[in-house]
Formats: sequence, structure tokens, C-alpha cells
Amino acid sequence: MSPFDDIAIEKASVSRRRFIGTSSGLAFAFTFGAAASAPSARAQGAAKPGRLNAYVDIAADGRVTIKAPAPEMGQGVLTVLPLIVAEELDADWSKVKVEQSPIHADYHHPIFKAQYVVASLSVFGYWTPLRVAGAQARRVLIDAAAERWKVPAEELTTEPGVVVHEKSKRRMSYGQIAAFAKAPASLPKIDPAKDLKPAAKYRLLGKDVPRVDVAAKSSGAARYGIDASAPGMLHAALVLAPARGGGVAASNADDLKKIKGVVGVVPVDEGLAIVGATVEAVVKARRNLKVTWKAGLAGDSYDSAKELETYLAHVRDLGRKGEVWRTKGDAAAAIAGAASTMSREFLNDPVYHAQIEPMNSLAWVKGDAAEIWVGTQAPTRTQIDVAKAIGTSPEKITVHQQLLGGGFGRRAFVDTSVYAAVVSKAMGKPVKLMLLREDDVVSGNYRPMTAQKIDVGFDKDGKIVGWRHRVAGEPVADYLYGAGRLKASANKDIIFINGAEAPHYAIDNLVSEHVFEPERTRVGAWRGIGAGYTKFAIESVIDEIAHERKMDPVAFRLSIVANPRARKAVEKAAEMAEWTRKREGRALGIALAEYNASIAVGVAEISLDRASGRIRVHNYWVSVDAGLPLQPGNIAAQVEGGIVFGLSAALKERITVANGAPQQSNFHDYEVMRMADAPDIRVEVLRSIPNPTHVGELGVPTAAPAVANAFFALTGKRLRHLPFTPARVLEALKA
Amino acid sequence: MTAFTINGRRVDVKADADTPLLWVIREHLKLTGTKFGCGVAQCGACTVHVNGEPVRSCSTPLSEVAGKQVTTIEGLAPKGDHPLQKAWIAEQVPQCGYCQSGQIMSAAALLKKNKKPTRDQIKEHMNGNICRCGTYNKIVSAIERAAKGA
Repeated sequence: MSPFDDIAIEKASVSRRRFIGTSSGLAFAFTFGAAASAPSARAQGAAKPGRLNAYVDIAADGRVTIKAPAPEMGQGVLTVLPLIVAEELDADWSKVKVEQSPIHADYHHPIFKAQYVVASLSVFGYWTPLRVAGAQARRVLIDAAAERWKVPAEELTTEPGVVVHEKSKRRMSYGQIAAFAKAPASLPKIDPAKDLKPAAKYRLLGKDVPRVDVAAKSSGAARYGIDASAPGMLHAALVLAPARGGGVAASNADDLKKIKGVVGVVPVDEGLAIVGATVEAVVKARRNLKVTWKAGLAGDSYDSAKELETYLAHVRDLGRKGEVWRTKGDAAAAIAGAASTMSREFLNDPVYHAQIEPMNSLAWVKGDAAEIWVGTQAPTRTQIDVAKAIGTSPEKITVHQQLLGGGFGRRAFVDTSVYAAVVSKAMGKPVKLMLLREDDVVSGNYRPMTAQKIDVGFDKDGKIVGWRHRVAGEPVADYLYGAGRLKASANKDIIFINGAEAPHYAIDNLVSEHVFEPERTRVGAWRGIGAGYTKFAIESVIDEIAHERKMDPVAFRLSIVANPRARKAVEKAAEMAEWTRKREGRALGIALAEYNASIAVGVAEISLDRASGRIRVHNYWVSVDAGLPLQPGNIAAQVEGGIVFGLSAALKERITVANGAPQQSNFHDYEVMRMADAPDIRVEVLRSIPNPTHVGELGVPTAAPAVANAFFALTGKRLRHLPFTPARVLEALKA
Repeated sequence: MTAFTINGRRVDVKADADTPLLWVIREHLKLTGTKFGCGVAQCGACTVHVNGEPVRSCSTPLSEVAGKQVTTIEGLAPKGDHPLQKAWIAEQVPQCGYCQSGQIMSAAALLKKNKKPTRDQIKEHMNGNICRCGTYNKIVSAIERAAKGA
């Protein structure tokens, strides 16, 4: 099984679907076997005193070191994952030091069988293994104390950092025990169903422990990939063809080598790397590069706007079969036999990640081994792909995981590390390779553009009886994971089509399908993945149905929600926004979007400058249900950030491709939301099922439909093409 | 050679006069708290102070700071305890954190001129600093908190 297993994600997602909406008895409906997920004591130098397992070390002075297995990109895993261990360990958090774990099987995410951060799955996936690791380390301490005191282990309890024997009033600190205790050859077995703390007893989880990385991120001390250095290091600027599959036809590389400080120009797959002794030399050389490109897969005449028209024709043509993503009942028959129908179409342009730290990696290839310093979402894959590129085996590649200056899916790709290694090998020196912003934009792996069509059938009373959702666009899986992935996933491209379903609405006959378009451009996973556009379409249609039936959008949603979690989230968001209160010159729009097992309901309050076509979002209220909230304040912060991300994409962001090349190059022509345009945002974190679900991307999907629905409430017109640029708004007003 | 003062320390840098100050700070002087984001003064991640004024170091040539005082995030307060830095921690502002040095340096320049800025003044002043994680509202709260304490 591949370590980057989106099939496994899909299986997990199907398992999760079984318990969406029910409210009890589900704590262990989706757990991982302790045997498979408990960390081993053997690996990572187990015999060391105080090393209780792969995650926990305790020093004689009582300091506890807990490993964080996942890369930190702002989502807070460097804090919350060790916090889960500390909770079960009953550690004194003030004595805990967090360390980024090495890249090793002991720290693999149970779904991916790799260290990999995508799909908002870190807390969800590590939840049980980390509780088991903490409980197991605590058990080792208790057993050691019991042996020392010659009392039965069952008589011992713990307080933060202390083992207590109540009967004899004896106490021993974790540090004291660690000084003599050794982890046994076979670690104690922990049964997740019986041996873990009930949530009611949590001291750390749910209490908003401050993040461990915030001080260093406020002082300038935090180190990102771009900050790494090595002795004798060279710098490189990577320049790639603007089109996937393109390459250098001709360049002035020989002239560039005459620039002071430039030491070479290395040809690489799809482009070249300008190498120099200083970063300013390679930047200057990049500015002086003259290059003509060989056409890419899409050809020199590819134009994204024209291509999108083709997509639209394809979703309209039912004869063009799609790959089924979800199916329930018989949607085609239900729509064919419906008393009335509604059909609506939606479009979205490509969007770029715009992570503020441009892509970079420092590689040092030494013989058949290499060291890589990089802020990546995919450290295990970095090992594998770098090994392949330089012709060695993955265990010869040491990845020094750095902080990420934004990930958002872009850093799920490991291309930059592969290029850095190839250039380091060619130069025989450590090379820090980066993309200047213009190259980061032009060779970005965008969220794909799509055309969507939703057909709805109603019975004579106006009840929804059938729902068909077709989404046309380029698949993502093979470009991200390598050829063959899509086929192995039965053509279910989760990144592309996530969200094309309506599990929280009572709809008996539903089908959603992906109409494959040729894979010719660079596409990728972008925060919120498919849900960023599929929920725009779905929630716009739900809103239209409400208005056709002359029902209030909140009341209509409440009339069709199928479970208590979604109902509560809708009610809470409406209450927060004071839904029924009229606003002068402003209007509200609502949208519901699940992200796998989590739910968000957002309400946008907007106004419109009718002369310029500029929409302004003043307020945004959102209720979120991510199961059991472990760090409620951080959940709110993540959701707030996701809403800004989603609003930015809804209002501003757009890549256009003309003559085979993206037309944008930097933040002046690829605008993202800035402070003056960001609304006030209020987040209410609800508590529901007993396990934590997905957070990182949960804020994004409601943003676009909530704004579009507010626009309708304000103007009576619909916006159906993302982003809602002023020109499109003016056009919609005229319609 | 270009001589200037950085965080109170006199330095002589051997780099071409047209070298962007950003690279001098990050690569020659190894002060990596100042970040590269766009290279064209659009994102604010590289903001430092030159003689107390906020500038985008990516678009400031080395020659322009000859004989001047440059302050980076590392020199804002010796122990990292500037009221803004304390407020940043209290409000738990950073997510990925990459833009935050620039945000804090921009905010520090604002508070030096205007001790009690309104929300609108804060938003206007800070509009040149992009935060892709979307921490804008927390940044405003942190600046207000620092202004109250100052």
C-alpha cells in the first residue's frame, strides 16, 4: 500500500459517514487497533533511561519531552498533538518541552502510513495513537513505582507529574521514577476502549493551552525552511516553464554565468536552476534571464476562459459520462419523473496558494546520502522522492523538518526538495533553492477551475426528490501523487470533488460525478479542496429553492436538515447573526458546509457599491461542530483564518491562463484579502460527538455561498462565477 | 563596503551597493527574522525600520542605509518583550507566523507616531502587510491591547 493513501482517506471518509449525525455511542466507531498504532519502544533508541516510548522522554529533573509527529504550518499541531499525549500521561504541562519528531515509522499517521499533513486529518488521525502513547508511558511509570514500593499497581494513581500511593501517603515524582525506570522490552498493552481517560476528567484538553510556537513567532526566532543554512552553501533560483510538461527551448544561460557570483545554470526537468554564491547574485541573474519555452501539454493556444466554456458544454451533455463520486437511490429516475425541476450552472477560475513563504528547500547530497532542510507537509514523501531522484534508498535521506510559512496544500508537493537535491548533486555542494514570487505564482499548482451543473427534481408539493451534481475539471490525484493513483482510487478524485454531496439534507436520490477533463495544467490541493467550489454550487441551489418556495433560507434549511448536529449548527449561526433583524443597505446570506465529519454554518453580512460593483463583507458569523473541541480558541482561530481565505477567493483571487501561460505574477495582480477588507468574524465552537474531527479547512467552504446568497438577498440577482469580481457583479446586476 | 548600524551594532557589509537590504540582513548578517515574501514591496513580510521609519527591505538598496540606523524584529526589544510582542502572545496572534515579524514592525512604527490609534487607523496603516493565514482581527486586537498598556 502506498504511503500517500488517498484511498485510505476515502475509506476513512466512508466509515465516518456512517456516524455523521448520530450523537452517542460513537467514540470508538472509528479507532485504530492499539497493536497497529501504539509506538514501539525498540525504535528510536529505546534503551535510554527515561525514554518511555517513541513519544515520551522524562529527565531526572522532571522535564518531560514529548515528540510532535506532524509538521507545523500554523494549524497548531505542535501544541495540540503533544497535549493529547500529556493529558493521558497526566504530565505537568509546565514541565513539558515539545520537540518535532524525526521522520520515522513510529510517528506515522495511521491513515497515511506516513508523516503527512493534509485534509485536516492530523488530530482526527493521531487522536487514538497519541492517547495510547500517553497512557502507556503513564503505565510504565506506575508499574515502576509499584515495583519500587512493593505495592500492587492498582493501588496507585497519578496527579500531574506525580505517582501517588494514597494508602501509605507516599508520592514519587515522574522525574524521580524516570531516574531508575526503564521501559520494559514489551510495552504495556493499552486498550483504547477501556484504559483511556473520560473527557470529563481532562485537565488540559478543552482548556485553551497557549501554543508553544507563538513566542518564537513573535520575536523573529522561529526558523522556517528558507532560514536554513549549511557551510559552503550555494543559492539557487528555480525557474520552471509556465506550462505543465513544458521546458526550456533556448536561454541566455551563458550570459548569466558572467554575472558576478553566479556559478552555474543547471538544466532541470521542465526548467532550469540559476546557481550562485549569494542570493543576490541569483536574484539578479533571474531578473536578467531570457528564456523561450517549449510548449506544455496544453499547447501554446490554451486559454482558460475558452477551456471553461468547453467544460460547461460537457457538464450539460448527460451523454458524457462522469465518474461517480456519491450515489444514493436513483437520481436519474427521480428527476425524470419529477413534477418540476430546477437546473443551475456554476463556474470557478483557478486560484493560487499564495503562501507567503515562497517554495524552497535546502539539500546537501553527500555520496549516496542526503540531508534536506524543508518546511513540508510531506516529510516521508520527501525522503522517498528525493531518494528516487538521486538514485538511493529513502533511509539514506535525512529530512530536517522546519516550520512552514504557510502550507495550504502547496507544500503537500515535494517538488522543490527534489529539485534542490538534483542541483546539489550536480554542484557537489549544499544548495538552498527557492522560487522567486513570480516563479512561485506562474508555476503554481492551482486549485482547478471547474464548471458545475446541478439538476434538482421536486414532487408536486415541492419536496426535493432527486439531485444530480456534475463537476467538470482536471483530476488532481495523478499530478500530486503520480501516474496510476487515480486508477487505483477507482477514479474517485477526493481532492477535486470533495463536498459534492449533501449528507446533512434529507435527499433520497442523489448522484454526484466528476466529468474528467484532460490533465494538462498544474493543479493541486488548495485549502478546503473541492468543497471550496462544490459547496458554492450546492448552497446556492439550496438558497434558490428556498426563495422559489417563498421560504426563509434558514427555515428552509431547518426543514430539510436530517440530523441534530446540522440543525443545531444552523440554529446557532442564525441566532449569532440575529438573522431576522433587518439592516439598512445590507443583507445576510447563509450557507451550510460539512468538511468530512465536521460541520460549519456561516452567515455573511454584505453591502454593495452599485457604481463600482464592489462587494464589502462587514460581518461573518459561523458556528462550527468539530466533534470534541480540544483547543477551542485555536479552532476558532483556524476557522476565522479559513473564512478570510475563503472570502479572499470568493471576492478577489483569479488565475487566468492565456497562450498557455498564467497571466499573473505577484501580489499586485494576484490580489489576496488584506486587513482593511477583512470582516469582523465571530466563531462559536459547538461540542458534539466524543472524538475530535476536522478543523484546518472547515472555515473555507461556507464563505463563497454565504456571500452569494447575501448578494441575492440584497439585489435579487445571483452570482454564479467565482470570483465575484466587480465586473461580474455589474454584469449580474444588469441581468 | 557599506557601513551602517543594525540593532545598535555597527556593521561594515561587503556587498554591491544595489543589493537589496533584505538579503544583507538575512544572508550577510544572518538575522533571519526578517522575511522574503514578494520582492516588490507588496506583502510587507520584510518590513524593518530605517532611522525609525518603516521600510520594505526587499526594495531598499544597501546604499540607501549607509550611515543610518536599521532596526529589525530581533532589535525591536532586547528580550523580545516589546509591548506589541507581549500583546501578540497574549492574543495568540500567529498561525504559520511567517508574516508576523513584518506585521509587528509595521505596528511598532504606527504606535510610535500614534499612541492611541482607532480601529480604522490601524487597518489603514496595516493594509500593506498580508497575512495569508487570516490573523487580521487578532492583529488589530493585539495592537489595541498594546496601545492600552503603553
